[in-house]
Amino acid sequence: MSDPVVEETVKGHKRLERNITLLAVATFITVSIGGLVQITPLFYLENTIEKVEGVRPYTPLEQAGRDIYIREGCYTCHSQMVRPFRDEVERYGHYSLAAESMYDHPFQWGSKRTGPDLARVGNRYSDEWHVQHLENPQSVVPESVMPQYSFLKDTELAIGDPAATLTALRRVGVSYSDEDIEKAEADMLAQADPDADPGDLAERYPKALIRDFDGDPDRLTEMDALIAYLQMLGTLVDFDSAAPLEELAEEKGR
Amino acid sequence: MHAEAALGRIGLWFIIMLAAIASAVAAADAGFAAHATIIAIVAFAMIWMSASRFDPMGKAQGFFKMPDGPSRYDDDVIRWGVIATMFWGIAGLLAGVFIAAQLAFPQLNFEPYLNFGRVRPLHTSAVIFAFGGNALLATSFYVVQRTCRTQLAFPGLARFVFWGYQLFIVLAATGYLLGITQSREYAEPEWYVDLWLTIVWVAYFIVFVGTLAKRKEPHIYVANWFYLAFIVTIAMLHIVNNLAMPVSLLGAKSYSAFAGVQDALTQWWYGHNAVGFFLTAGFLAMMYYFVPKQAERPVYSYRLSIIHFWSLIFLYIWAGPHHLHYTALPDWAQTLGMVFSVMLWMPSWGGMINGLMTLNGAWDKVRTDPIIRMMVMALAFYGMSTFEGPMLSIKSVNSLSHYTDWTIGHVHSGALGWNGMITFACVYFLVPRLWKRGRMYSLRMINWHFWLATLGIVFYASSMWVSGIMQGLMWREYGPNGYLVWSFADSVAAMFPMYVMRMAGGLMYLSGALIMTYNIWMTLAGKQREEAPLRDAAYDPQADRPIVQPRPEAVPAE
Repeated sequence: MSDPVVEETVKGHKRLERNITLLAVATFITVSIGGLVQITPLFYLENTIEKVEGVRPYTPLEQAGRDIYIREGCYTCHSQMVRPFRDEVERYGHYSLAAESMYDHPFQWGSKRTGPDLARVGNRYSDEWHVQHLENPQSVVPESVMPQYSFLKDTELAIGDPAATLTALRRVGVSYSDEDIEKAEADMLAQADPDADPGDLAERYPKALIRDFDGDPDRLTEMDALIAYLQMLGTLVDFDSAAPLEELAEEKGR
Repeated sequence: MHAEAALGRIGLWFIIMLAAIASAVAAADAGFAAHATIIAIVAFAMIWMSASRFDPMGKAQGFFKMPDGPSRYDDDVIRWGVIATMFWGIAGLLAGVFIAAQLAFPQLNFEPYLNFGRVRPLHTSAVIFAFGGNALLATSFYVVQRTCRTQLAFPGLARFVFWGYQLFIVLAATGYLLGITQSREYAEPEWYVDLWLTIVWVAYFIVFVGTLAKRKEPHIYVANWFYLAFIVTIAMLHIVNNLAMPVSLLGAKSYSAFAGVQDALTQWWYGHNAVGFFLTAGFLAMMYYFVPKQAERPVYSYRLSIIHFWSLIFLYIWAGPHHLHYTALPDWAQTLGMVFSVMLWMPSWGGMINGLMTLNGAWDKVRTDPIIRMMVMALAFYGMSTFEGPMLSIKSVNSLSHYTDWTIGHVHSGALGWNGMITFACVYFLVPRLWKRGRMYSLRMINWHFWLATLGIVFYASSMWVSGIMQGLMWREYGPNGYLVWSFADSVAAMFPMYVMRMAGGLMYLSGALIMTYNIWMTLAGKQREEAPLRDAAYDPQADRPIVQPRPEAVPAE
C-alpha cells in the first residue's frame, strides 16, 4: 500500500485535519454542491412547470380548509400525487401535473398511503357523504382505520383575518389581486352561505363551489371549510376536454 | 456584587416574562397563546430561581445522584444530556407504540388532540430530535473534550445549548398536539420555533468549534469530522427548508416560501439529509469514538475513514429526489437522485466495514460483552438498511414500495437497529464513567435489553415487509377480466394482522428500553447487582477434586 498517489492524498489530508477552519469550509463546500445542482434549476428551467388551463389560487374558504387539512396531519396518511401508472390512473384519475400544485404553499404530495390518494377526490362523493365519513369513517367504510373528526362540525371556523392570509401567500408568489385581498373575508363568508350574495366570487375563482357544505347553513364550521377544500381537489383542470390532452400529447423535454 | 448580578438577571427575565404575557394576550390564535404562556412560565421559574434560594437544579442534581464538585472535564451538561436522552427516548417509543396501536385499532384515536395525524409527528420528532438529538449533544460534548484533551470552550453557552434545545422540544411537541404544524415531514415546527432552534444551533456550533480550536492534540480526530459535518449541514438544511412567511408576527401560522415542485424537492432534500446527517453522520461520529473505546482496539483503517467521510457527505446531499419518484418532479432530477442513491451504498458500507473490522482480534467480546454485541448489531442493521435504501431508490422497485409500509419498515430497521442500538450502547458506556461507578448495575439486564430490542426489530421489520409488499401488489393487481381486483378498503383490511405484529415488536423494543431505564436508575443510586458473570462456564468446587478414598470392595450377594 505504498502507492505514491495515496501517500500524497493522505499527506494532503493532514492539513485539513490540523486546521479547523479549512476542515469546516471544505465540509460546507462539499455538502452544498448537490443541492445547488439539483434544486436551483427547478426555479428557472421553464419545462419544470408547464402551463395548464384552469389552475387558480385557492378561495379564502378553500385555503382555510387546507389549513385544517394541514393542522390535522392528513398528509401523514393521504398522498395528493397520482403517479403515471395504469392502476393509479384507473383508481384515482389522471396523473398529477406539476402545475396543479403551483399555488400549494406548502405542497401536500405526501409520502404514505394508509388511506387512498386524495389528489382528485373533489366531486367524487357528495357533501353528505363527506360529513358522515369525517364524523365516523367506519360508518361508511367499515374497514377504515381513519380517526374520527366529528369535532369539526361543532367547531365554528375561526375566521381570523383572511386578508392577512392572502397577503402572506401573495408575498410568497401566489397571484391574488388587490380585489381578492380586499374581499377576502366577504368571499369566505359568502362561499358557504346560500343566502348571501357571493358577488363576483365565481368570476374571480372559476369553478368555485358556492353552497353550504356541512348541512347546517346557519353556521360556518371547520367542516364547511374542509369539505370546500376536499370537493375542489383535482377539479380545476378539465382533462375530459380535448384541448389539454392535445397539449399533453405534444409535451416534450421531460 | 452577587446581589447586583442576581438583580440584573431578574430584571431580564421579568422583561421576557412581560413580553411573553403580552404576546399571549395579543396572540392571533390559541396555539400561539399557549406557547407564549409556556415561555412566560419558564421566565417566571427563572425569576424565582434567581431571587430566592430556590435551587431546583441543585435539588435535581441531588435527585439524580450526580457527583459533587467539578469534574476534570465539563461533564455536568453531558450527564443532563444522558438523562434527557433516556426520558425522551421512552416518551418517543411510547408515542410510537400508541400510534401503531391506533393503526390496528382506530377506536384508540381520541379527537382532536390524540388523533393519529397529530401524534405521528410527535412520535417522529421525539425519537429523532429529542432522543437522537440529546444523544448527539451529550456524546459530542463528551467526545470533543476527550479527543481534544481540553475542556469545553464556553461551558455557559453549552448549558444554554442543552436547555434551549429542551425548550425547542417542548414547544415542538406541545405544538403538534395543539395542531401547530408546517406539515413538512421531520420539520413540522412553525417559524418562531424554527428561529429559536437556529439560535440554539449557532450556539452549539460555537461551543463545538471553539472547543476544537483550543485542542491540545495536533490532529482533529475522525469522530469530530463527522460531528462537524452534522452540525454544519443541519444548519444549512434547517434554514433553507424552513424559509416561510408568517401570517402575523403574533400568530403561529406561516406559509412556505416555495410551492409545489420546488417545495417538494426542497423538503426532501432536507428530509433525506436529516437522515444523512442527523441520523448517519452524527451517529457515525458516536461509532468512531465509542466502538474503539469499548473494544479497546484502534479504528480499523485511517484511509478508509478519509475516503468514506468525504464520499459520504458529498453523495448524501444528492439522494433527496428518490422520495419523489414518478411524481411531477422532472425526470432528470429523479434519475439523478436514483443514481446517487445507488452510489451511496459504497461509502455507507465503508463506515460499516471500518466499524466492524475495528473488532479484529476482539471478536470474542461479542460473546462476552453485551455492549459490544449491541454495537455490532447496530452496525449490522446500519449495513442492512443502507443496502435496502439504495435498492428502494431504484425507480422500478420504488414504483412498488412507494406510499407503502415497506418504507416504514426500512426507516425503522435503520432507526431502531442502527440509531437506537448504538445510542443504547453509548449510554451504557457513559453512565458508569459519568457517575463514577465501577460498572452498570447489571450486565445481564443489558443482555435482556439486547435480545428484546433485536427481537422487537425483527418483528417490526418483517411485518412491515409483508404488509408493504402486499399493499403494493394489491393496489396494482388486475384480474383476467381487465379490472382492478381490490378496492383500497380491501388492502386496509388485509393489513390488520401485520399491524398487530408491528405493535408487538414495538412493545418488545419499548420494554427493553424500560429495563435499561431501571438499570441506569440503580446504577445512579450506586448499586451493583449480585449476579453470575456472563462469560463463565459452570464451576462446582465440590466436584473439582481427586478421588482420594479407595473404592469400597464389591460386596458379594448373600
